[in-house]
Amino acid sequence: METSRKHLEDLNEIRQIMERSTKFLSLSGWSGIFAGLFAIMGVIAAYLYLDGGNIYYDESLRMLSGDRQISPRVFLLGDAIVVLILALISAYYFSLKKAKRMGEKMWSPVMRRLLFHLAVPLVTGGLLSLVLIWQNNVNLVAPLTLIFYGIALVNAGKFTHREIIWLGMAQILTGLAAAVWQEYGLYFWGAGFGMYHIIYGTTLYLKYDRKGK
Amino acid sequence: MKNPIRGLNKHFESRVRLGVMSVLSVNEQADFNTLKELLEVTDGNLASHVRSLENQGYLEVNKQFIARKPNTTYRITKKGRKAFEDHLSALESLLK
Repeated sequence: METSRKHLEDLNEIRQIMERSTKFLSLSGWSGIFAGLFAIMGVIAAYLYLDGGNIYYDESLRMLSGDRQISPRVFLLGDAIVVLILALISAYYFSLKKAKRMGEKMWSPVMRRLLFHLAVPLVTGGLLSLVLIWQNNVNLVAPLTLIFYGIALVNAGKFTHREIIWLGMAQILTGLAAAVWQEYGLYFWGAGFGMYHIIYGTTLYLKYDRKGK
Repeated sequence: MKNPIRGLNKHFESRVRLGVMSVLSVNEQADFNTLKELLEVTDGNLASHVRSLENQGYLEVNKQFIARKPNTTYRITKKGRKAFEDHLSALESLLK
């Protein structure tokens, strides 16, 4: 009996070590919730700026430039970048906190792999969006940012909690829908970057964070 | 009937060695410090276990310098993977 318990412990430990050495598990649910909240604030700011949605956001970018202090193109780009920075800061902050609590190192080979697989599609999509904005092809920016972000999440999925793959799939589908109904880009953007993140963050929190305390 | 205990590998009796093999079986390679942090062991302890696994031909050692600091990385060998998998199957069959 005694030896069989030792064997069971051995097997459990092997499984844990395998998981810990291949997956970054300190991703906090709170960072998802906060990223979602910041995105929704960004969407509201854009909505108000575009006269409560009375003006299609694609048209406004070309026509309204004259009577505004800053051009809508610059405003929307700045808005998106502020949201991105706030989301990244909160992701870093909450993950660092959780990593400390779990006694896990933040900057590990797994983390580097995770970031690399996340960054390749994300940077590609980001640069492509900048090119499109520069060429006045703003219509496609909302769908493409959603699609590339979704691909990045699916790609990074094998290095962290599996739930992130579902988040990525949802972003891709929303991005495709946003490409079909381009005039509603802002709403799809709000759903993808705002609502989905909050749902995902809450799921992660309920499943892993609360239990871990 | 074959005695399942015979499938257990004596070299994997130590938790540290088992841990090293677990990490290397799912990662292409790992360096000394990563192993140390994952397994929460001291330098000397890890070094001696790693050396014995190396002597068995279960892992491959690669020493190099990164920014003038010595950096040792380990990879599992074919022989090591086979031995580890056999050991795991033996553990499982014992628990059935």
